[in-house]
Parts: sequence; structure tokens; C-alpha cells
Amino acid sequence: MRSHDRYTEVFLEMLQRASTQLPDDVVAALRRGRDLEEDGSLAQKALDTILMNVDLAREQTAPICQDTGTPVVWVHHPVGVSTRLIENSMIEAVQRATARQYLRPNAVHTLTGKNTGTGSGAGIPSLHFQEWDHPEVEVRLILKGGGSENVGSQHKLPDNRLGAGRDLEGVRRVVLDALVQAQGKGCAPGTLGICIGGDRVSGYEESKRQLLRRLEDTNPIPELARLEERIFREGNELGIGPMGFGGKTTLLGVKIGTLDRLPACYFVTISYMCWAGRRAGVSISEGGDVTWLS
Amino acid sequence: MAELKLPVSEDEIRALHVGDAVELTGRMITGRDAAHKWLIEAFREDVAPYLKDTVIYQCGPVVRKNPDGSYVFVAAGPTTSIREEPYEADVMCRYGLRGVIGKGGMGPKTLAGLERCGGVYFHAVGGAAQVLAHAVKKVERVFMLEEFGVPEALWVIDVARFPVMVTMDSHGRSLHDEVDAASREKLKELLALEA
Ligand code: SF4
Repeated sequence: MRSHDRYTEVFLEMLQRASTQLPDDVVAALRRGRDLEEDGSLAQKALDTILMNVDLAREQTAPICQDTGTPVVWVHHPVGVSTRLIENSMIEAVQRATARQYLRPNAVHTLTGKNTGTGSGAGIPSLHFQEWDHPEVEVRLILKGGGSENVGSQHKLPDNRLGAGRDLEGVRRVVLDALVQAQGKGCAPGTLGICIGGDRVSGYEESKRQLLRRLEDTNPIPELARLEERIFREGNELGIGPMGFGGKTTLLGVKIGTLDRLPACYFVTISYMCWAGRRAGVSISEGGDVTWLS
Repeated sequence: MAELKLPVSEDEIRALHVGDAVELTGRMITGRDAAHKWLIEAFREDVAPYLKDTVIYQCGPVVRKNPDGSYVFVAAGPTTSIREEPYEADVMCRYGLRGVIGKGGMGPKTLAGLERCGGVYFHAVGGAAQVLAHAVKKVERVFMLEEFGVPEALWVIDVARFPVMVTMDSHGRSLHDEVDAASREKLKELLALEA
């Protein structure tokens, strides 16, 4: 049964997994980066520390990073399922995960500066719902840390300073420039989620949704696949490196999606996910059975 | 990795250079925004001995209190340093600090302070909350806990083999400035290719 209690239980486990177990594709990318860096370099030492930290967190079921971020959640549900039920269950799961220290109390009242203490607050967690034709409820989330959220940015094309027009070459230019502006801030190496098009709201949402993709997947749209590959390669050639120490590993991945746009607008929206690229997913059947998604 | 014992002398600190990786062992103190401001507002006699010849760790830890009243660091990664740029050089020179631990590097005022007063900027690995918390062996005491709350309080801690990298030294070098300049050059090259 997909009851409040069942949802809450499943979501709590999902939050615990997300906070304490880094996905295998992210770990593999960190290891590849580590082996590419020069022996004894600061870049390699930083990646060694990160990998040690990832193992320790998994062994001890402790948060990978003390900033457990904002849970950003996408839900697919069949017709007739109450989205309010799912939302309330997720809020309760966040509160319970916070009480158990899988999450840090991370919601601060914007005017008073007071921490709610529960992990939840106005707009936190952040949920997005979409109805679909399948009988399952599918829930996927990322934990988006503050340091990485601070380096996200939205750009308007054309951009004369960069010689960036309203095409994929223009996108490439603003993204590489944004990477240089951010340097190692937001705990590099990280992954770029990018949305081309949309408006100022939908662009950010889509750019974050791109961060749900596995690092090794291939974009089904060939020209976007080529652009992802190129920005990945050139981004790593910039030499910013882990933590901005210099080195070959600045990016772990680049993921690009598109939305249609107004004729007058051409936005490029970039969300950045730090090395602690925490995500989790679950599919819940009508009977309440659970399949974990990677 | 070379080990560096705290407290540390000015000579030992001046012998360090950008690119050195060291492990710190001994006593240090934590402090972030509220602490830096407070240390500058007046000379804090009671805390001063805990700053002299050691380093300040810019960190807002997650701390657990044991039933016997003692504390344990549960997660302890560095916070972004640049927010303390207006204060750090003054805190360092006034209290005889030998360095700072943080992430992301700092600006020209701090770099000049490192040179003038004999200090270094140590970069800890951002997000490595578990590795760094495990290097904290003991919480000795805490200042301003009531007033500032857990993350902002000044925690006096004993660490063992706490891993850090020197990214700004007392000889005027900043790895952050160097990487920034080199990546901007490379960007120009990449963008000009298509021009
Ligand atoms: S940017 Fe990521 S790894 Fe760094 S402190 Fe924030 S959440 Fe942690």
C-alpha cells in the first residue's frame, strides 16, 4: 500500500542513501581523475582525501559532506495519486533524517536568520510533480549543497564580450567562461547541468534535473552529445583542477537539456554539482514494493 | 606527507611554500564569521593564548554532546574563506596566529598579512567532512558557545595528522592567483580558436 507511512519510510531510506553513499558512477569518475593526475601532486592528494572520505561515509553511514544541501525532488505519478500525500511524506522524511543526523538542519528563515531546526522550511524540500502513464510512482532526488548552488548562473545570449551568439557555439563560450569565473569554488571537480532555452524559472529547474543523469550516459540528441563531450574535454583542459589546485580534473561530467523558448529569449542556465554529487532514486509499485534506481 | 606540530614557530612557517602538503598535529582553534568579527572588536585576553603560534580553522562543525558533557566533532569540513578577507590579516597579526585553514583561498590583504606577520594559508579538502572530523581527536574547550551557537563558536581542538595543502605562503605566492591566471590564458586560447 502506498500510504503516508510507507512513503515516509521509503523516503527516509532514500535520503539516508543519498547523504551517505556516493553513486558508483561518481566514485568511478573520481577514481579516473585520481589516476590521471600526476603522482604526488596536490590535485592527486585532494582526490585521495575525497575518495577516503567517500569510503568512510559509506562505512559509517555518516553524511559525505557536512552540508547536506537542499533535497530537490522529482516525482512521476499515475493518475489519481495524491501529490499532497507524497509531499507531506517527503517533508516528514526530511525531518526524521535530520533528527537522525543523516541531514543537517539546513533551513534558515530568510528574515530572522533563525534555523528551523527540522531540516524543512518554506520551499525546502523542493518538489516537482509530473503525471505519467505507468502504474508506479517514481521518485528521484539530488542533495544540492550551498557552495555549489552559489556558483550556478544564468546567461542571456547573445553575449558580445565573449563573441557568443544564439547557437551551440555561443553556449560553449558562456559555459567555459562561467567555469573560469567559478574556478575551484563549489568544491571541484564537479558536474555541470545545463539547460538551453526555457525561461528564467524553467531553465534552472531543467538544469538541475540534468544532474539526475548517470555520468556515463549518452545524450540521445547527437549535437548535444557532441557539445557535452567537447565542453567536458575543454573544461578539463583549463587546468583548474580539484579544489582549484591546478590539474586535469575540473569536471566529472557535462549534461545538457533543452526547453523551447520565446523568440526574443535565449537563456543558458548552468547548475553546478560539486564532487559530492549525491542523488538517489526509487520506484514504488501500487503494492508499495520498492526498486532502487541508480 | 610531512608532519607539522602545533604550536609552530615563525621560522618553520616561513620554511613552507605553495605546493607543500602537510599533516598538522596539535592544538588549533575554529572560528568563522562571528568569531572573526568578535576577535577584532576588542583584544580577547582569555582566548588569545589559544591563538598564539597556532592556526585558526574556518569551520562550522557538527558537534555531538556526550552524556558526560564532553563534545565530539561529527562532521568538520572547511568553509569558504573569502568571507573573512576583511578580518583575517588583522586577527593574525594581532594574536600571533601562524596560519589559517579554509577553502577557496583568500585575497591580497591576507596574502600581505601572511608575508608581514609570518603565516600561511592551508587549504583543507572541501566537503571531506568525515576524514577531517576523524582527525579531531579531542575537543579541549569552547568559547562563545551560548552567544554564537555551535557552528560559529570558537572550539579549541586537538588534531592528529590533519591533512592540508599550502596554497598561499609567506613569500607572496598564491596558488589561487596562479591557477586563475593560467586558466584565463587557456580560455582565451580556446575561445579564439573559433573566432
Ligand atoms: S560544495 Fe559540495 S562538497 Fe563542497 S561543502 Fe558544499 S556540499 Fe560539501
